[in-house]
Amino acid sequence: MAFSKKHILGLGELSAEEIKIILDTAESMKEISTRDVKKVPTLKGRTVVNLFFEPSTRTRSSFEIAEKRLSADVLNFSVSQSSVVKGESLLDTARNFEAMGASIMVIRHGMSGAPFVLAREINASVINAGDGSHEHPSQALIDIFTIREKKGEIEGLDVLIVGDILNSRVARSNIFGLRKLGARVRIVGPATIVPEYFRDMGAEIFYSLEHALENVDVVIMLRVQSERKTLEYFPSLREYSGLYGLTREKLKLAKEDVIVMHPGPINRGVELTSEIADDPGAAILEQVANGIAVRMAMIYLVGLGESL
Amino acid sequence: MGVLIKNGRVIDPSQSLDMVSDIYIQGDRVREISKRIDTPRKSDTVIDASGQIVAPGLVDIHVHLREPGYEHKETIRTGCLAAAAGGFTSIVCMPNTNPINDNASVTEYILLKARTEGIVNVFPIGAITKGEKGKELADIGEMCEAGCVAISDDGMPVTDSGLMRKAMEYVKPFGIPVITHAEDTGLSAGGVMNEGFVSTELGLRGIPAASEEVGVVRDIILCELTGTPLHICHVSTKGSVRLVRAAKKRGVKVTAEATPHHFTLTDKLVYGYNTDAKMNPPLRTQEDVDAILEGIADGTIDVIATDHAPHSQDEKNVEFDLAPFGIVGLETALSLSLELVEKGIITLEEMIKKLTVVPSEIVGIERGTLVPGSIADLVVFDSGMSRTINPGEFFSKSRNTPFSGWELKGVVSNTIVSGKVVFSRN
Repeated sequence: MAFSKKHILGLGELSAEEIKIILDTAESMKEISTRDVKKVPTLKGRTVVNLFFEPSTRTRSSFEIAEKRLSADVLNFSVSQSSVVKGESLLDTARNFEAMGASIMVIRHGMSGAPFVLAREINASVINAGDGSHEHPSQALIDIFTIREKKGEIEGLDVLIVGDILNSRVARSNIFGLRKLGARVRIVGPATIVPEYFRDMGAEIFYSLEHALENVDVVIMLRVQSERKTLEYFPSLREYSGLYGLTREKLKLAKEDVIVMHPGPINRGVELTSEIADDPGAAILEQVANGIAVRMAMIYLVGLGESL
Repeated sequence: MGVLIKNGRVIDPSQSLDMVSDIYIQGDRVREISKRIDTPRKSDTVIDASGQIVAPGLVDIHVHLREPGYEHKETIRTGCLAAAAGGFTSIVCMPNTNPINDNASVTEYILLKARTEGIVNVFPIGAITKGEKGKELADIGEMCEAGCVAISDDGMPVTDSGLMRKAMEYVKPFGIPVITHAEDTGLSAGGVMNEGFVSTELGLRGIPAASEEVGVVRDIILCELTGTPLHICHVSTKGSVRLVRAAKKRGVKVTAEATPHHFTLTDKLVYGYNTDAKMNPPLRTQEDVDAILEGIADGTIDVIATDHAPHSQDEKNVEFDLAPFGIVGLETALSLSLELVEKGIITLEEMIKKLTVVPSEIVGIERGTLVPGSIADLVVFDSGMSRTINPGEFFSKSRNTPFSGWELKGVVSNTIVSGKVVFSRN
């Protein structure tokens, strides 16, 4: 089945079939990473721009490696060296890169919906690398890819997402994606950052981590995002960590073969203890490795779609 | 020189009039309304209004004209042109210009511009506080003397309840109302759209219904305390409708308006990060729309007003968080109001009432009536003729409307201000 989307703006917009195509493609891409020469000529002569309006190390590096493994010419644009500080609008910035021949734009932006502005107004394919509190499709696809690798199947799994659901783009993308693929999703955290509206998105809401952990197959820990003012939603990190920090003791309530994931960067001792983060059973570094394959698949599919 | 309008269905709620008749205008006044008037003089203009409605010119008590200061969005001239094209003969403009209309010299400037460049009547609203900063009272008495018909800090609600009380007390002897944009800014802080399922999916910061309702409740209580007439702008939530209804029941001097967008659209329109669906108060849910329609039907909502808020395309074509709040409304309001009649929510006469005599009474202007001897401000429109909304044809300088491409009934054929035809569509 062909992938017909020009852009990947979020999992909310993709069908279950389309998500599966990306995951299957990522599997083939992962194989490339095991070769001696980790490169294919697929996107030779194509220019991909990474437009990063928000600081990011892992997502940007991961996209860059993915693009290079597909032999694309890569341009990196980050806000500190940008004309944005001179007052240039998002659209003008993007149009400039388009004039330079960019056919795919990977955008990370602090405001929800920014990639939609580009997709509406420019000709290049747009990949959302995280927009505000909206979606982070590549991260969720990595999480889902990693879960599928470990569990074989997404359908029927119980997945728990812990933390700042309200402000998390990773949570939204995972809820959309996991629900579409047939998993049951639970969310837990302080009531101020786990709003009731998420029930209508198909998530089951908990306020006690212990209750929420019962018999889950997967735990996705979200980072406490101090830059998004998460801290005004609960009294202190100490109280948060006591209530919602994951310890080995609490984790016993989950299924025996539970996998623990974290999109990073980890606040050790806040979201989870080091003994869990560094546990060989934790999937956190595998997520990072799978990130390149999944992002290769995303770029490949929108790039390929365009050439058809 | 006179104008004779023949064979129209004349609807004037101020005198409970609804019949096919002729109207004769002499100079700037309505002279006569009767079954048949023959042209008294050869120099008279004759308008054939057969099959059309003839009503008092529409009155919009919530308009942003942007001049002085934001002439790239709208000027007094273009705003007046848009008003005339939409059937409005009187517009009441909010003080959030640059400089803010918080003193008599700005008021006088607006009125001077309106006299020389405007083609409809412009009535300014003065600010409640200096610079709309919510710290100290603006020159309310002097602005009133200069011609302001109300005071309001629209868009920048006065957060200090003590100061709001003082404003309401102080303004009372001047006989003008306080118009409130009711909002508790602590609850709405950082919000860009209605708080609900859609904002949750889109990851946009929400403005809860409660932020408006807390504001409404405070201002109703201050209205009871001070006895100063209070008009509540752009009611957008079910709770606000309920609060206004209850207040009216116990005799509080409160009136309320709803905008066509709030009684027509829901927050689902924001999907895709559509900045033409971004305004404050935001589009709410279907439940809220239904409650507003109920309020319009039972009289809780007294007035239809547009909150005409022009913004340039460059300002709107940006990240949703960065786009300014507001949409234009003068050139779509009549058609959207006619939908209320079409749907059986209110009668045509009630609709015209909410767009003419009632808003005129609220701000105390002698408009909105065709009683012989009154100023001849009229609109002639075809309520059955369809048109497709095309922002490219707007007279307003701005095009920020969510109704582009909508097929709506209601076409204005003539707009008459003080006996002069200021707009005519053949």
